[in-house]
Amino acid sequence: MSTSPAPVPRHGLEVDVRLEDRDVELALRLAPGETLAVLGPNGAGKSTLLATIAGLLRPDRGTVTLGGREVSGPHAWLAPHRRRVALLSQEPLLFPHLDVLDNVAFGPRSAGAGRREARETARRWLTEVGVEDLAGRRPGSLSGGQAQRVAVARALAADPDLLLLDEPMAALDVSVAPALRQVLRRVLAGRSTVLVTHDVLDALLLADRVVVLEAGRVVEDGPTGDVLTRPRSAFAARVAGLNLLAGRWEDGVRTPEGRLVHGSVVGPQPEPGQEMVAVFRPEAVSVFDHAPGGSPRNVFEVTITELEPAGGVVRVRAGALAADVTTRAVPDLDLVPGSRATFTVKATEVSVYLASANPT
Amino acid sequence: MTRVRAVGLPRWLLVPAALGVTLVLLPLVAMVLRVPWTDFPALVSGESAQEALWLSLRTSALSTVLCVLLGVPMAMVLARTSFRGQSVLRSLVLVPLVLPPVVGGIALLYTFGRQGLLGESLELLGIRVAFSTAAVVLAQTFVALPFLVLSLEGSLRTAGERYDVVAASLGASPSTVFRRVTIPLTLPGLVSGAVLAFARALGEFGATITFAGSLEGVTRTLPLEVYLLRESDPDGAVALSLLLVVVAVVVIGATRQGRAPR
Repeated sequence: MSTSPAPVPRHGLEVDVRLEDRDVELALRLAPGETLAVLGPNGAGKSTLLATIAGLLRPDRGTVTLGGREVSGPHAWLAPHRRRVALLSQEPLLFPHLDVLDNVAFGPRSAGAGRREARETARRWLTEVGVEDLAGRRPGSLSGGQAQRVAVARALAADPDLLLLDEPMAALDVSVAPALRQVLRRVLAGRSTVLVTHDVLDALLLADRVVVLEAGRVVEDGPTGDVLTRPRSAFAARVAGLNLLAGRWEDGVRTPEGRLVHGSVVGPQPEPGQEMVAVFRPEAVSVFDHAPGGSPRNVFEVTITELEPAGGVVRVRAGALAADVTTRAVPDLDLVPGSRATFTVKATEVSVYLASANPT
Repeated sequence: MTRVRAVGLPRWLLVPAALGVTLVLLPLVAMVLRVPWTDFPALVSGESAQEALWLSLRTSALSTVLCVLLGVPMAMVLARTSFRGQSVLRSLVLVPLVLPPVVGGIALLYTFGRQGLLGESLELLGIRVAFSTAAVVLAQTFVALPFLVLSLEGSLRTAGERYDVVAASLGASPSTVFRRVTIPLTLPGLVSGAVLAFARALGEFGATITFAGSLEGVTRTLPLEVYLLRESDPDGAVALSLLLVVVAVVVIGATRQGRAPR
């Protein structure tokens, strides 16, 4: 077997499955060598997706195809250990009875390599993730960041065709996550990977493409930059730090609450009644304690729900909307959760586009 | 540093706890007080005593091995699969735990005895199980097996399947996962289960005397010898009883010592 650190992109992934009792119905593709970030709120089906690909769950309907071969389907089933799909979860789960080197050598050993050869491979991967000095240590004596690096080396040493990462940074201290993210950025390049994450930074730095799941369905699917600058789902907008209001087109976006949001249309001119989203940055929102007059603005009467400091400014949340104000403005406008305020945003600051990337 | 327990022990619990300890230890003390120390070496080195001790150790070791060979797969099936009737099966497998050993002996007799379920066929093959050393091992395995299964199943469930899943995702076949991950991770449970099984086999009396009889050198294990001497030679019975206690304590102590501190 060849386990050189230089990745060889060779296997794509196609998922089109339905799991009845979890109410999950997902369809997505992964090109060979591509890194796909899967974003979504808790319970959206992210872990179900990974378990289905890894062969830990059998879908009721549909298929999973890996490198052109059907591995889950009505007439096909490939056992998890034959799929060449390595799974890395939040917790490193290093085998406590083996030292670091033998943990990493586990995959090559299982593939039939001799002890010496497997340890050789393991040492190479430990060097690759920068922890070769830990080879003789017991997993119990490692810090969280060290253990997760070893887990990355162990997954890669198994020479998988597809790597599944389930929030690999979530259990780590914020001070060590950036270093691991750098390691992943290097080793994932050109390697077929599905990365479940909560963190927009992971998506931006590691992923070529992003899918957003909500309630067991894919609600967005596109290149990372597109999804994060032009979100079409509430979750993607929240992750990207943008305001998003959805509604139907009638010379503006009419939200279900009856608000009419004006903005500049991006892309094709919409038909009346078409599902649209209006997206704008929190910095573009002005906050008043009374309704102002004047220039063409969108005006929202809101009740403040939350205040949070965000890099020199204060982000004022009112339900689904957010506005950034200076720290000075908070006492001046008497902004506290529960108080009434008026949010305004100029129509020129609002992008309006179709809610579905591929309208049918 | 002194660790202070956040929730203290209710003081009154100490009274029944002390009573329990007394109940366990006092009879042992009473027995030790009756040991005729001057004659002790002679009493335990007699030919029949030596033979009984040696037979007990051999059969108990063998039945412990059998318990491991049969019990580990049983525990795996109970802990790592689910099927209809599994809980019923579990209860049935554990029956020897609650069955009076004499009843177990009778059941074994009707299975392997000359007129038993399998006995007639075995007889045709020239195999006679009842009243042989093999019967002793069978009886001991019958009563000791549930101890190992119960103990190992518990630690399999505690260990969970997370490491097994990781190992499989690294390409390990189910056999490799079993050998390199599941068993090493549950080794403490397996060892304590084996120790319990050995201790139970060593003390086995009722099923053995019913199914295997009491032939000197063939089926008369140490507990049977003690029972036999109880009236004819009380001093010898006490001396051998102490021997049995010492062997049990040494075995348990040795395996506890051998376990790596966590």
